[in-house]
Formats: sequence, C-alpha cells, structure tokens
Amino acid sequence: MAKFSRKRGKDSPAISTASLPDIIFMLLFFFMVVTVMRDATIMVDVVTPKATELDKLEKKSLVNYIYVGRPKEKYQKQAGNNARMQLGDKFAQLSEIPLFLEKHKVKIPEGQRGGIKTSLRVDSDVTMGIVSDIKTALRKAGQLLINYSAKPKTE
Amino acid sequence: MPKKSARDRMSNEVNAGSMADIAFLLLIFFLVTTTIAEDKGILAKLPPWSEDEPDITKLKKRNVYSVLVNADDQLLVRGELTGINDLKENTKEFISNPAGRPDMAEKPTKAIVSLKHDRGTKYNTYLNVYNELQAAYSELRNDLAERKYGKLYEYCDREQRKIIRDAIPLIISEAEPSSFGEEN
Repeated sequence: MAKFSRKRGKDSPAISTASLPDIIFMLLFFFMVVTVMRDATIMVDVVTPKATELDKLEKKSLVNYIYVGRPKEKYQKQAGNNARMQLGDKFAQLSEIPLFLEKHKVKIPEGQRGGIKTSLRVDSDVTMGIVSDIKTALRKAGQLLINYSAKPKTE
Repeated sequence: MPKKSARDRMSNEVNAGSMADIAFLLLIFFLVTTTIAEDKGILAKLPPWSEDEPDITKLKKRNVYSVLVNADDQLLVRGELTGINDLKENTKEFISNPAGRPDMAEKPTKAIVSLKHDRGTKYNTYLNVYNELQAAYSELRNDLAERKYGKLYEYCDREQRKIIRDAIPLIISEAEPSSFGEEN
C-alpha cells in the first residue's frame, strides 16, 4: 500500500494575521491625534453663519469653546426659551467667564498660553446684545484672540 | 525532555487574531467619544480693555470709514444706505484711495474702519459685515503681495507678510452697541 502522507502545511493558514492589529493601531493613532475628546454635549441649537474669510483652528488643545444659542427642546424647561450661553458643559452667566478661562488656562503650559484662542460658536439668529457682552467680558479677562466659528460659503 | 521541547515550541506561537479585536474595541471607543469638529472661523483680535472708549474725534474725518448696522440689519456706510454686496468694493476703494479723493483715506496706514452695531442686530448680519471687511483687507493685501513679490499673501514668508501687514494694517474699531432693537 502506498503511504498517503498528508501534505503538511496545506491546511495551515498561509496568511500571517500578525500585521492586522498594526493596521488597526495606525487608524487608532490617527483618530487619537486628529480628534479631541468632547467633554461637553452641546445643549443649545447652534447653526453658524457662512463666511469666506475662514482660518483653521490649529492646536485644538489651546482652544476653549463658548456656545450661544437657544436651548434644545429638552433643556428648555430649565433654561428658558431665550438665547443662552453655554460654557463647557453647563449653562452659565457672563460673570462666570473669567473662571472658565482660568480653568482652561491652568491646563496649558506657561509658554503656550499666548496662543490660547476662544472659539465663539454662536447661532445665526442670536442678537448681538449677548455676543457684545461676551466680547467685553473676554476683553476684561485679557482673552483677546477669538475666532467666530463659521461654515464655508459654497458659492 | 521531548515533551518540554514540544511545549516550548507551542508557547512561541501566540494567536495574533485577538490582538486585532482589542484594537478594534479601542478604535470604536475613540470613534464614539470624539469628534472631528468643524473648526474654521474668522480670526479676530479684540482690543485690550480700557475704561474709556476709543476717541475717534481726534482723527481726521477723511480717514474714518464708519459702518453702522441697525437692528433691522440694514447698513449705513458713511451716511449712505449700502447693500452688503457693495460693502467690500466700497471699503477697498476707501482704503486704497486710487483716485486720491480728498474724502477718502490719506494712505492705507491711516485708514480706520469704525464698526458699530445694535444689540438687536442679528449675529448673521454682523458676521457677514465683518467677513466683507476682512475680505476687503485680504484682497488688498493679496494685490500688494502680487505686485511686490509675485505671489499671493498666504504664500509669502514671514517677513514679507509682516511688511504687507504694516503697509495695510487691519484696524477695525468697534464701538459700544446701541440698544434700540429687541434682543432675544
């Protein structure tokens, strides 16, 4: 009888799967670098206006965000119907702006503090009264670099 | 001894398939908790805070370009009703003053744009006005960059950009808003 020797290696996988996690890690590092942990859910409706003179906000860690708009449906009972300002993750009054800026500032190393920007995410229909007050409060607190958030205009 | 060597051989082959699962889990976690937020906008530098308002009366009237926006989102430029689409060209003409008119800026370094809005003005209108003013400066700077260096402003290096910025400084003075309109 001829010996039927099983050809070794025919059943074992020819493709090494050791490099699969490397590909996934690459994607993971990409996301870790490009994105920022959103520590706040936006509680106001914000539809930013469209503009052409747009600059990109680099170094997201140096940016703090102020949201202004009408509160969303589920928050309208506690915050009312008028335009409100959201600092971080809760509604706030103008007097709380210096504290909010300070809290963000201490997380930034000394040398980079000059580059801290404040991004104003304001809804298009909000009237300028509250925005002026915010800008005045920022000026008083020494935060002069601001960025009016806007969408690109697609002509 | 042969048993030991067989076990040694087996422990070297780690199944790498589960590593991919762990990586997928981490990836999904990051995808869910973070956002690539739209982070573009118009950069502005606010003037430092001082108790008194900027004194415009000391400046020559011809160097001041006043833009007033009221609560009905209408524009009054130097006393004349203007449409938002004409603002940019008007501003450019004022700053560069190519015809050398006596009622327009002496030179671009002395040109000041004074912007005043109402508390009832819509943010959309305000930002459009600010955008058009910025666009006017940006186009003038681009023209100068092309004439001097043959390329657009954004492609010039740091010193060249500083020279152009000093030649056409962006001075937009914002006054306290009036409060005729309704706020929301």
